[in-house]
Amino acid sequence: MVDQLPQTVSILRVKKETPLIRTYVMDRSFVFSPGQFVMVWIPGTDEIPMALSSEKTITVQKAGDATNTLFSFGPGDKLGVRGPFGNGFTKGEKVLAIAGGVGAAPLLPLAREDCVMTLLLGARTEAELLFVDQLDECTDVLIATDDGSLGVEGYVTALMDELNLGAYDRISVCGPEMMMRAVLTRVEEKGIAHKTEFSLHRYMKCGVGICGSCCIDPSGLRVCRDGPVFPGDLLLKSEFGHYMRDASGRKKDI
Amino acid sequence: MVSIRPGPVTVGGVALDNHLLLAAGILGTTASSLSRVLLSGAGGVVTKSIGPHPKDGHAGPCLVVLEKGILNAMGLPNPSKEFVDEITSLAKKPVIVSIFGSNPDEFALVGSWFAGKVAGIELNLSCPHAEGYGSAIGTDPALVEACTRAVSKSGIATWVKLTPNVTDITAIGKAAERGGARAIVAINTIKAMRISTGMKCPVLGNRYGGLSGSAVFPIAVRCVYELYETCKIPIIGCGGVATADNVVEMMMAGASAVEIGSAVYHDVKVFETIQADLYRKDGLTPEEIIGCAHG
Repeated sequence: MVDQLPQTVSILRVKKETPLIRTYVMDRSFVFSPGQFVMVWIPGTDEIPMALSSEKTITVQKAGDATNTLFSFGPGDKLGVRGPFGNGFTKGEKVLAIAGGVGAAPLLPLAREDCVMTLLLGARTEAELLFVDQLDECTDVLIATDDGSLGVEGYVTALMDELNLGAYDRISVCGPEMMMRAVLTRVEEKGIAHKTEFSLHRYMKCGVGICGSCCIDPSGLRVCRDGPVFPGDLLLKSEFGHYMRDASGRKKDI
Repeated sequence: MVSIRPGPVTVGGVALDNHLLLAAGILGTTASSLSRVLLSGAGGVVTKSIGPHPKDGHAGPCLVVLEKGILNAMGLPNPSKEFVDEITSLAKKPVIVSIFGSNPDEFALVGSWFAGKVAGIELNLSCPHAEGYGSAIGTDPALVEACTRAVSKSGIATWVKLTPNVTDITAIGKAAERGGARAIVAINTIKAMRISTGMKCPVLGNRYGGLSGSAVFPIAVRCVYELYETCKIPIIGCGGVATADNVVEMMMAGASAVEIGSAVYHDVKVFETIQADLYRKDGLTPEEIIGCAHG
């Protein structure tokens, strides 16, 4: 093993995907599995986990101090990258992917591996849908928006009712936690929670399974190392959809 | 390899399931992660350090994994008093709460939250990267003695974790002993830094951090050896322990038990692994091993 200091990368390009989401193209490629993440060091601000949307891109939603700073960065600015870390999605032959908002970021590389038969894509509005064109190129995309500005009006769970879920061998989900919890409830009703996987987002510090900031109740599993992708049946009786912890370790409702 | 005969272990006023404890700051923020470590074979667990007020910790990067060690500056993130409720499910288990404060009164306050609810308290007088806390106090023998007494006078089993970032660790060990410590834990991390040559600045958000892992094991063994020569209370060896043979070596230096932290990075079931290698029915008794390297 060698020292795993952050690798310094330069930003080559920045692409505005939606009003709040941007993709940063880096001058370095990372060997990774879809669903794995990197710890991105934004100098002078913080280091935060982000999904890889391809071998050389991260796709980021503006959400706090670190991402606010990152949104001021452009071509030539430097970032530090540790990773990739975590487990990634299990590959299937006939995958149904379900993405909400920026949750499409880790699912795009999965769709590009040609195993996703159908992808349900949701966002609040048409303008906030992420990767519509890129996903259309590699899979069958069904769309739902909260305001009905494109596709079905409502949540992605409504789209699930139109599908024969038994036709898929895996269901891979990433999006806001309440949306994922709604999907989990739906698949539990149908008795197929064991075929599903959910990518969790938790506050992380170390990213490598040591500090314990991202452990989930009641299993004590580490989102950064044992996850971030967990089987649905393991999440049924857990904190998932109910609470998470802040930087100090205090619980906060979702 | 030298092995140990299994049997009941009591160190520093705390009954443990074996000689192997989880070190403070590792998987210690939630009851479920502590429980997971206990189920995987730890003889006891030390929690994340809890202080008088909730803290978010330092900006990242907070940790980097090096070839032979781990460099971190978490910045003592902790939920403060909410942690009392967090660990109620672990009552009766061998749980030691690590606490910190900036003066004896704060140590006494935080210690009082846990009195009667946990097996023991470990004073963090040694974190090398939190201003005003940890080793800022732990390098001053008079303050160490006062902080130790502030907690130990309540009667709870009080352990004191020492910083190696001093000229003479035995002076600090003796101060803890005078203050009523039931055991000394040695060592905390060693103040350290790495610089990103690409960024031209220190890697850690806090610039300075503490080094742990295999790289510090020889320093930890030396500190335990020196403390065994000068202090009467038991010593708990900590710093780079990763194998059963490391445990035996620490015990030969004078440790009555060990704490294990960084080795969790390579193997989350490290306690199970070491236990399987360490204990044999025909092994030596702990008394035959502890301090046997002293002439």
